[in-house]
Amino acid sequence: MIQAISQLAAIAATALFIFALNWMNDPKTARKGVYAGVIGMTVAVAATWIQPQIVHHGWILLAIGAGFLVGVPLSRVPLTAVPQRTALSHAFGGLAAGLVGTAEYFLWLQEGPEQFTTFRMSALVVEVILGFLTFTGSLMATGKLQEVRWIPQRPVTYPGQNVVNLGVLAGAVALGVLVILNPTAPWASQAFLGVAGLALLFGVLLIIPIGGADMPTVISILNSYAGLSAVAMGFVFNSALLVTAGALDGSSGLILSIIMCRAMNRSFTNVLFGAFGTVQKVKASGEQKVWKQESVEGAAQLLEQANLVVVIPGYGMAVAQAQHKVQELYDQLTKRGVSVKFAIHPVAGRMPGHMNVLLAEANIPYSALVEMEEINPEMSQCDVALVIGANDVVNPAARYSKGSPIYGMPIIDADKAKTVLAIKRSKNPGFAGIDNELYVQDNTWMLFGDAKTVIGDLVKQFVGGGLH
Amino acid sequence: MTGYWSMLFVFVLATFIGLGVIRRVSRLLYTPLMSLTNAISAIAVVGSLTVAGGDYPRTIRILGAVALFASMTNIVSGFLITDRMLKMFKKQ
Repeated sequence: MIQAISQLAAIAATALFIFALNWMNDPKTARKGVYAGVIGMTVAVAATWIQPQIVHHGWILLAIGAGFLVGVPLSRVPLTAVPQRTALSHAFGGLAAGLVGTAEYFLWLQEGPEQFTTFRMSALVVEVILGFLTFTGSLMATGKLQEVRWIPQRPVTYPGQNVVNLGVLAGAVALGVLVILNPTAPWASQAFLGVAGLALLFGVLLIIPIGGADMPTVISILNSYAGLSAVAMGFVFNSALLVTAGALDGSSGLILSIIMCRAMNRSFTNVLFGAFGTVQKVKASGEQKVWKQESVEGAAQLLEQANLVVVIPGYGMAVAQAQHKVQELYDQLTKRGVSVKFAIHPVAGRMPGHMNVLLAEANIPYSALVEMEEINPEMSQCDVALVIGANDVVNPAARYSKGSPIYGMPIIDADKAKTVLAIKRSKNPGFAGIDNELYVQDNTWMLFGDAKTVIGDLVKQFVGGGLH
Repeated sequence: MTGYWSMLFVFVLATFIGLGVIRRVSRLLYTPLMSLTNAISAIAVVGSLTVAGGDYPRTIRILGAVALFASMTNIVSGFLITDRMLKMFKKQ
């Protein structure tokens, strides 16, 4: 009876999870998806909890209570910190899989050799390797995103890095195969811990050479790994619910990784082993073109006289927390009959969809957010392209400069607008360390300063005085 | 053994469903999508639950309880932050 209840609950939860994701195809139905997910989760947890083999309820209550204590504050982080929260949650997902896998192995050792089948053991080793490498890899990514002091932001590379990394992974897999073949050998439990240790090490090594510009891709790949480690756990427990939910997460991470890679014109292997973002030393040929600076008054005038303004936000807007000021500017301009659109590059920011969430937080209607492919044909009609803290995603060098690390990356054609206004914090090159000739184009004017301050000053021009 | 094969079967089918459903997700919502799938894959909580609550040696239950804590954190923060973000997407 209780068996049947748990099976039915698992089926119901699976269906609810699929509905949850299905409702995410439109912002109007998306919140229903969250409710479906919560119901599915509650049903699944309750059905497991009532099983007769669960006897230590105190421990469960304690762990669940602690989960709420940490989880609620984590859900209230500022939206600029969402990438690191997401990376941290991948770390937790990986940790849970790794720990449960380890616990199961030692449990089976005590229960006797009949527990070990090659299939179960293989699933277990995969679960532990994926779980632990996701754990440390995601922790490293969290540290880089949070700009923790002792974790270098810039990619760290050294000669032979890929050989070392692949060697560590190969070592973990080889040791894992040995354990799968001899699960009860006297040395097997040490070897098993060795697999876990190497996987933990590999996670760290994997993320060290990756820079900030690649974070959207890396977060997506780690998302996929976290899902796959849940799938492997499902194989170990022979649970279709776990396998399905893990596969949904895994395929979501996979699709996002593919989209992110495509948006940077790079392959998976190139992201993981290419150490993008190392400062480029070449360049500086011929005469050095100079920036032209524009005053706030002049910029406000340009904006007011425009018919179509396209705002191109990037990570700089997030860092400066400028989204609310951007919304004020949006209000002022639309009030004056200027049509304002936001062009969103898929890899703008530090995770997929980062810009959309920030602008939505600032109450900018999502109908004003336009994807790169849709806005580019319109760019020649655009009077002013306002670049806010974006750099590589508007760099025309991506179109023709074969030597550039961003060559071939699809970009937003800001340079085709009649006038370009670019807000930039400093005169240094962007995250990828590449010069951007958009800034020295004839029709480009620069506004140097913190994005929030500069846009605040622009808004003042509209509200306070000068312009009507 | 048949059980394991049917699990592989489930995995392949679920992956296809996942690819089909996720491909249709609005690009606006990629960030909340990631936090939602994250919360959903924290269904691994049922595994942690059986390890933490079963009649097993203490060390094993400790591993289970830590895993349970980690999954529970993901469930709580994942669903809450997804809803918080989705609330912000308004039409004009």
